[in-house]
Amino acid sequence: MNDVLTPPTQNPDAAQVPLKPLGKVLAVTSGKGGVGKTFVSANLAAALAKRGHKVLVLDADLGLANLDVVLNLYPKITLHDVFTGKARLDEAILPAPGGFSVLLAGSGMVEYSRLTSEVRNEFLRVMNSLVPNYDVVILDTGAGISDVVLFAVSLASEVLMVATPEPTSLTDAYATIKVLVGQQQRQIIRVIINQATRPGSGAAITNQLQQVLDRFVVTGLNQPIRLVHLGDIPVDPEVRQAIMRRQLMMQATPGCPAGMALTQLARNLEDSVIPRAA
Amino acid sequence: MIELPDLRLDDASALLAHDGKNSELQRDESPTEYLQRVIDSLCELSLKDPLTGLGNRRHFHAALERQIETVARSGESVLLLMLDIDHFKSINDTHGHLAGDQVLRAIAHCLAGCVRPVDTVARYGGEEFAIILPNCRPLFGLALAERIRRTVAGLSVPVSPLLNLQATISIGGAYAPEWVRSTTELWIERADNQLYRAKSNGRNQACIDQPQELSVSAEEKGLLFSHLAVDNANPFESGPGNVTNRVNA
Ligand SMILES: Nc1ncnc2c1ncn2[C@@H]1O[C@H](COP(=O)(O)OP(=O)(O)O)[C@@H](O)[C@H]1O
Ligand SMILES: [Mg+2]
Repeated sequence: MNDVLTPPTQNPDAAQVPLKPLGKVLAVTSGKGGVGKTFVSANLAAALAKRGHKVLVLDADLGLANLDVVLNLYPKITLHDVFTGKARLDEAILPAPGGFSVLLAGSGMVEYSRLTSEVRNEFLRVMNSLVPNYDVVILDTGAGISDVVLFAVSLASEVLMVATPEPTSLTDAYATIKVLVGQQQRQIIRVIINQATRPGSGAAITNQLQQVLDRFVVTGLNQPIRLVHLGDIPVDPEVRQAIMRRQLMMQATPGCPAGMALTQLARNLEDSVIPRAA
Repeated sequence: MIELPDLRLDDASALLAHDGKNSELQRDESPTEYLQRVIDSLCELSLKDPLTGLGNRRHFHAALERQIETVARSGESVLLLMLDIDHFKSINDTHGHLAGDQVLRAIAHCLAGCVRPVDTVARYGGEEFAIILPNCRPLFGLALAERIRRTVAGLSVPVSPLLNLQATISIGGAYAPEWVRSTTELWIERADNQLYRAKSNGRNQACIDQPQELSVSAEEKGLLFSHLAVDNANPFESGPGNVTNRVNA
């Protein structure tokens, strides 16, 4: 499914946009809500931007967007206006604190919480125009495995699964991975354990997830699913404080434990999926 | 300052009196207290279906709106059921509208008795009812709807000394999409589609639009959580010299 960005034939508009294979699309997803997808998306974007990459974050959580709150940005023109043809795409893209670009969903997106063919086509059109212009596009997806979430994830070349060590989060992450393997034939999923409570516990959790998958998930003749542990982010009071102050953590306190962990995550991504910035 | 005699309260009083509420100014009541009581009673009245005493459509929409907010924030499973009396028109045509009303009232009373206090039962329209069930696990949805259907089917409604009527209902249900702020229209539409399915499958049955399954077996969970046992065994263990992680036991 890595080539889903190939424009669909039923959308002549999108078909005319040639796609360079350079752009990397990362879908940040989780299964459960409130585990830190938006926090990771915004701060990972800042960490990558600091390392010289041209990054855009798209608020793909159409049903329950909160990227605007994390970035403290409340623009007049949003993705909603682009979807409804009231504004051009470039008018909705704005600079975020942290040195990256952002495309916010806007509150009008409620009606897009279901995947109609209209949503599908608009989403594809937007992605096709965006991807050639950035080194990395990060999709901050919604929770759960609704059709909109699955569609957004299907557009990504890489899946970053955020989970916390809590049983509910792990169960939902595991269930989501099963769906992604079954429905999208994903072979690699990168795992981020957020709010890790003990050093090294994240890698052990990813390892555990892998063992359960190996034992219970049959992938047919294909390669088995492989989880790659991308890193841990510790529980850090600076995260909440930054949100309370309406600041981006990566900008306010990049040296705090969570900030250092995110910088390390960005480095790990460079080693695996994103070419190092020139 | 408002003087009570200046206000035209006759219609309001009459409405409340008709609903069995005391609409007169009480001896120990100040004009403000009295007006507040009248307003509160009118609000209550505006949310009630006069025939059955259930919540009306306005009440239902407000409750559904609130549930959407809850689901979006908490991911709780909330089930919406739409229920429709089968062949209600023929009851009316054969036995008259008064008998029809009695059937409506009896079924309304029965539905209210089938659910928990946290649930909302409303008359949605003519012979259509709606029930909102917060905190209802997807596993139980169909069984619950079936139980309601069976209870109603077992009712015998005396409409005259010589005649008891029986009626059945069809039920359609849908869960709110979890973690998403959906709209009442989309949610009702999905439940209605299921109701349509139940009707076209022959009526007197329940169909539920199951949420996309996040199924994880007990066996899988057991293996998944084995790290927690380790965590509990050494709650204060910390990696030596590692400053980027914190112990939070
Ligand atoms: N590493 C962390 N340390 C402390 N708090 C965190 C951390 N990660 C997330 N949080 C808290 O969790 C909340 C929810 O995160 P958010 O990114 O909005 O979740 P999601 O997008 O998955 O719904 C944040 O507001 C933040 O306060
Ligand atoms: Mg979010």
